[in-house]
Amino acid sequence: MNKWLFLLFVTSIAFAGEPSPDRKSTLRNLLKQDCGACHGLTLKGGMGPALLPEVLAGKSDELLISTILEGRQGTAMPPWRPFINHDEAAWLLGILRKP
Amino acid sequence: MKKLFTLLSLLLSFHAFADLRATGDLGIVIEREDGNALIINTTEHKRLSKIEKLGDLSHASVVFSRDQRYAYIFGRDGGLSKIDMLKDAIVKRIIQAGNSIGGAISQDGKLIAVSNYTPGGIKVFSSDTLELVADIPSDYGKGLRSKVVGLVDAPGQLFVFSLFDAGEIWLADFKNPKAPVIKKFPNIGKQPYDALMSPDGHYYIAGLFGEPGLALLDLWNLEAGVKHILSEYGKDDEKLPVYKMPHLEGWAIAGDYLFAPAIGQHKVLVINKNTWELHDTIAVVGQPVFVMARPDARQVWVNFAFPDNNQMQIIDVKDLSLRKTLTPGKAVLHMEFTPRGEQVWIALRDDNQLVIYDTETLQEVTRLPANKPNGIFFSSRAHKIGL
Repeated sequence: MNKWLFLLFVTSIAFAGEPSPDRKSTLRNLLKQDCGACHGLTLKGGMGPALLPEVLAGKSDELLISTILEGRQGTAMPPWRPFINHDEAAWLLGILRKP
Repeated sequence: MKKLFTLLSLLLSFHAFADLRATGDLGIVIEREDGNALIINTTEHKRLSKIEKLGDLSHASVVFSRDQRYAYIFGRDGGLSKIDMLKDAIVKRIIQAGNSIGGAISQDGKLIAVSNYTPGGIKVFSSDTLELVADIPSDYGKGLRSKVVGLVDAPGQLFVFSLFDAGEIWLADFKNPKAPVIKKFPNIGKQPYDALMSPDGHYYIAGLFGEPGLALLDLWNLEAGVKHILSEYGKDDEKLPVYKMPHLEGWAIAGDYLFAPAIGQHKVLVINKNTWELHDTIAVVGQPVFVMARPDARQVWVNFAFPDNNQMQIIDVKDLSLRKTLTPGKAVLHMEFTPRGEQVWIALRDDNQLVIYDTETLQEVTRLPANKPNGIFFSSRAHKIGL
């Protein structure tokens, strides 16, 4: 029983931290193509602001993750929560922060 | 030796003959991720060549010279490339700004205008040499420059465009290219995000993102100023999220009606062109992005924003009914009708394909490979006002 609980615990951590390889490739495509529609394929901005590491540097993870998930009122940024969970948003942010 | 030379020149001229290529049924397909442009033949359904190294084409558009020999490609990264469709070559390429959204060609074909986000404004170039003719910054006070959207040509050697951040429409008269005359229309509404020119060059209509309705400028009656239409529509309704900005270049004027995407509602608006009042709405499966009329205006084709971008719907203009829902593939980004509309080409970004449909039977004709295609532009645009 304890062993099963432990296993469950370990797998859920694995799930929480890292999307599956398949999911990662879907998310990468989403970032490049769909986020890129407004923020630019190279993330240098367009209708939406640039998402380059230096632009994001001064902003907290929580602010940026909530922007991804909830959108930003009064702008064209929509909420992505129906399609992306918190951990996936955090993983995407990790990609954006890497120079 | 002389004989050999004669033979050679004969061979060469034969070769030249074999290579003759008329441009009326050519088109350009953009491969957004690779930064390539494919030259295609719309009659033969063939890819003829691939022009590479055109920069960031994640949002690209194309206009054609009036002789239909050259294509001018506007890239996201401020790149402006002039392509020779007879020689499959880049004639000239410049980076004219940091971030761009589109462009237009003048009535006489001599000027190319580009609308820029950064630095905000339009720049106008000679279509022959790509040398700068005019630079018009979109200053709107306090040192601020607005992103420029919805740039089109209009009769009388005009360019018309909208200032997203400022909420203004500007009209630039280029009858004298060295001294353009700018007329500004302020307070046209919040966040115009794109615009269209009616096919007869009579009306310029900008869609508003920041508030309900549209801004309408009658180019035959500039003194009347910009009229705000459909201001009440959907004012109190809850807005659905918009996962891709609609594009208005393909807005459809069909008969007495203007078909336009609703913003934040899964509907196509049908506006009476005589009264500019809402005639009807047509419920569709998602947020419309392109709402485009077949050249004869009997049908209107609609594609959608994520996550409904695997579908297309076709409206029968005769009775404003939905004729069919198609599922051509993953991520339908753009469509282009053949000059007289018997077929339509559709870009499927995530399937790496172009699919061609017969617009009468709505049956698939064929598919062609293309890597992450977005825009499709046929040379017949050369002779259309506003495109």
